[in-house]
Parts: sequence; structure tokens; C-alpha cells
Amino acid sequence: MTNDQQPTTHHPPNLNFAVLQFPASNCDQDALHALGDVLGQSARYVWHKETSLGNTDAVIVPGGFSFGDYLRCGAIARFSPVMQAVQQFAANGGLVLGICNGFQVLCEAGLLPGALIRNRSLQFRCEPVYLKTLTSDSPFTNQIPSDKRLKIPIAHGEGCYFAADETLQRLKANNQILWQYCNAQGEVTDAANPNGSLWNIAGICNERRNVAGLMPHPERACEAMLGSADGCAIFQSLLHALESRKVATAA
Amino acid sequence: MKAKIIITPKKAVVDPQGKAVQNALEHLGYNGIRAVHVGKYLEIELNGADPAIARRQIDEACHKFLSNPVIEDYRLELE
Repeated sequence: MTNDQQPTTHHPPNLNFAVLQFPASNCDQDALHALGDVLGQSARYVWHKETSLGNTDAVIVPGGFSFGDYLRCGAIARFSPVMQAVQQFAANGGLVLGICNGFQVLCEAGLLPGALIRNRSLQFRCEPVYLKTLTSDSPFTNQIPSDKRLKIPIAHGEGCYFAADETLQRLKANNQILWQYCNAQGEVTDAANPNGSLWNIAGICNERRNVAGLMPHPERACEAMLGSADGCAIFQSLLHALESRKVATAA
Repeated sequence: MKAKIIITPKKAVVDPQGKAVQNALEHLGYNGIRAVHVGKYLEIELNGADPAIARRQIDEACHKFLSNPVIEDYRLELE
């Protein structure tokens, strides 16, 4: 092959994702599949007893029922050795995304404000929902067009987002609310709220915008054959943000 | 020595379990119920003999781990 036959297209980024594993994590494989097989990145599991994340560009805290969800969802997982490494990683500006139980773990860990409590229906809800993205100004939403509704499944019994009023006001003022539950027309209504979350909140980020969590499962919606590939937009946002950082570091 | 911890949802937090229990009680004919709050009860058996030390340690554990101050209050009793 001669030089002029080299592909001229931009190389896709090859980034290292750490997917945490706690006892009773159960969406870790889906996350690894989405990042590795669908998006072509390097992704590997990191067991909860590890004290280091190794060479990692971003951390995924996956869904499941870590430690049986005993006491409160995420309450025991947050004290795992690996979570101390995640605290440090986040403090250094590293990107961390918590999905479902991972969102609960990040809230319990104090990396995100608020808490997730029992669904107002008291029922486990397992169904596709629509999400409205409120801002493209985050490493988790930069590739999502403002008018695009994301169709992504939920599967949780404790996904009702709660925070004190002053916390909610701060989230709003800082544009930290990334996603709200909406209907198929994109309207944020009470009927479209599957769990009673305040302000229909489905996902938020921290003030520094490097840690985010959401109850819906983007990793289960990355291929059309699964009913939706909308979840890809969230991971592609992450890839874009990470690639921009690498370019900035190299420059 | 034993620590008894009662954890209840904060008043501002919606408590769907409490509401469901209240509805069921009313359905069973128990009248005059203003509200029901469902919480947790923990008993911790302790080896130590110093109640002051035990209270300090368990109080810290309640705040840091056993309850979530965002959504819950707790009451600690030692006996």
C-alpha cells in the first residue's frame, strides 16, 4: 500500500474507559459492549477492590444492584476502594458517568448533589422513555442536537430524584440539569415523569461539569436492533470531549 | 451495650411507602390517621463499655453512612 492510498479520514479516537464492577452490578457488560464493540473504544472492567484506575480516560459507573442495594441504593458501593480512586480521578477533572445504580452511587458519594428515592408509583419501571437535553455545554451532551429527543430505556425502582430546594435552584442556575423526562413531542409533563423526580430530572452534572449521572440506560440504546441508537449521542459526546482534551494537551 | 437507630424520611421528602400504608390502613377501616412515615430501624450490638465513645462513633457512622442527610433524619439511643 502506497502513501496515497492511506485513508485520509480522521482517525477515530481510541480512548480507555474503565467500567466499574461491584458485586451485583449487572449493566457492566452492556456498557463494555457499547463502548468497545459499538463505538470501537478500549474498555475494561475495574473490580471494586482495586485501589487504582490505571490508564483511564473516563470512568463509567454502571447500573445494577450493587451490594444488593442494602441500606440504600449505592450506600455501600460508595465506600469501595475503587470509589476512593474515582473521587481522586474526579477531583483531578477526570470524566465520570454514572448510569442508573451508578448515578445513585455518585449521589451517595457526594460527587453529585441530591438523592434518588423510591419511585412515587412504588413500582419498578422498565420501559423506553423520552429525554429532553437541556444544554449542550457539557462533556456528556455536546453532540446532542438541541431539538433531538432521546429515546432511551429506564429500569429502576428508586429513580425519583430529590434535592433540597436551594440545591435545585443552584442546579438550574448553573445549567447542571442535563436531561429531563419528556413525552414523544418533547414536552416536559407530569405524565411523562416515570418516577416522580422533581422537575422531571433524569440526569445532572456537578458544578465543574466533569461528573454526570442519569437514571436511563444509554448503553442499552446504542444499536437500532435494540429499539434505539439514541444512547450513542451521549457516549459520542464523551468521545468528542475527551478527544478535544487530548488535542489541547498535545498542542 | 446496644445502639438503637431510627431512620425516618425528612418531612420535605415524598414518602410513597408511607402514603401506601396509610391508604391501606384507611381501607381496613382505621380512621383518624393524619400521616404514615415508613423508615428503618437498626440495632447495633457493641463490645465497648464507654457510652460517650460509643455515642460519638455511632453518631458519626449515622451521619456518614447509615443515614443519608439529604433525605433522612435519624435518632440514636444507647442502652
